[in-house]
Amino acid sequence: MSSPAVHVAGLERVFPARRGPGVTALAGVDLDVAPGEFVSLIGPSGCGKSTLLRLIADLDTPTAGTLEVFGKTARQARRDQDYGIAFQQAGLLPWLTVTGNIELPLTLHKIGRRERQTKVAELLELIGLTDFAGSYPDQLSGGMQQRVAIARALAESPRLLLMDEPFGALDEMTRERMQNELVRICAETRAAVVFVTHSIPEAVFLSDRVVVMSPRPGRIVDVVDVALRPGERDEALREDATFFAGVARVREALHGTSVPSARGVEHR
Amino acid sequence: MSGVPAARTLGAPLVFGLAFLGLWQLLVVALAIDPFIVPAPSAIAGQLLDHLDTVTAGALRTGANALVGLVVGAVIGVVGALLANAVPVLDSLAAPVVAALSVMPIVALAPVLYTMYGADVDTARQLVAALAVLIPIYVNTLRGLRQVRPVHRDLMRAYAATPRQQQLAVTLPTAAPYVFTGLRVASSLAVISALVAEYFGGPVGGLGKSITSAAASSNYPLAWAYVVGSILLGLAFYVVALALESGLTRHRRP
Repeated sequence: MSSPAVHVAGLERVFPARRGPGVTALAGVDLDVAPGEFVSLIGPSGCGKSTLLRLIADLDTPTAGTLEVFGKTARQARRDQDYGIAFQQAGLLPWLTVTGNIELPLTLHKIGRRERQTKVAELLELIGLTDFAGSYPDQLSGGMQQRVAIARALAESPRLLLMDEPFGALDEMTRERMQNELVRICAETRAAVVFVTHSIPEAVFLSDRVVVMSPRPGRIVDVVDVALRPGERDEALREDATFFAGVARVREALHGTSVPSARGVEHR
Repeated sequence: MSGVPAARTLGAPLVFGLAFLGLWQLLVVALAIDPFIVPAPSAIAGQLLDHLDTVTAGALRTGANALVGLVVGAVIGVVGALLANAVPVLDSLAAPVVAALSVMPIVALAPVLYTMYGADVDTARQLVAALAVLIPIYVNTLRGLRQVRPVHRDLMRAYAATPRQQQLAVTLPTAAPYVFTGLRVASSLAVISALVAEYFGGPVGGLGKSITSAAASSNYPLAWAYVVGSILLGLAFYVVALALESGLTRHRRP
């Protein structure tokens, strides 16, 4: 119970260049994510937020620093399937049905047929796509595909969910609906979430804490505590003063100066 | 299902074909063209009906050679591509051979192969067909194996999938449409190669041999009837390959 979902200390990732010193994608990153906590990583392109997520997922290896997932190495956590992951592209296998896609991780890990059926039915219910169980990805809209990808990430009931701009390719209305659904899903599954985005309202609406990053080299410049009570995240929150205050604080942290919240001036 | 598009896709070429044949018939009759230049469609059709049994037998003989060649070439091509994809050294070693084979007119090998395997068996013809289909299938399969999307590769790594699982779950299904495209291209090549190989020798029987012997005995309408048989044989191979391709790869494009 004591070990955090994610523990990162002094993490560094340098991509070697053929000539010169290489590109420092991340430098001196410290971060702890508690079990059940929702943390967003936000920042401009090239700030290393996706790199950080890929390091946590052990899809990439850090150059230096400590990285633990539930008290284990990232590699061990990946082998133990401690996390579920969703990317900006849904990345569904086009030759499998919705059911086939959701149960893919279960099939790969040799879970029995009966158990798979129960789990898929439960997840289809959760994402509201029960009627589409037999459909193929090319018959679904972008939002529906992304919901299937999220269901797939949840298939093994992970305690940690890693999401790399999962709603980045969706239109604004679908996006807000998906955010509402994610809030509900997180409340039901009680998984910790690390969520990469470059939408300020999205980060504030979803997160317990927003980690603000800046590029060259990628590092954490501020952590904004949104501090909303559970159950507060509903449609009304989007028009609430606490929400706007949170948006303003994240924006200030992003731009590095204090800007009047209503104006939203761009400093470049 | 609906009448109008079906009438367009089927009706238009049918009308065009009939008009073309009609015009051909008209010109041959009106200008009294000799059959050794070009025979009338009616004469060709007459010969086709009269010799339906020999045309069918020839088509079956040539078709069997083409099929054996296609299967052998496809198996070697796919297995070769799998190996080349798994072991990069093999790929670099094979590259010059593949380039050489792809510019070589394979049927030119037929006389050599006849002397190697004897002129009384079909082996040389089957080998020519196999060699002709090998390259398009190898090249297409290898390309297909390399189309795995990065997001799928990441996903498989995230699931800690074994290399074998990754191969079965992602790599092979991704490559499948490319293999079938290669097979479709190769299907016509197999028939053409098996048929043309017959021109250079080998046992009697088969459409190619029949075309040459009919032409040699100045029976031009009969030679053309065998040509029609070859066209139908080639079409049959192509249509089956096309049906396989579109049937098995329906949802492959994301």
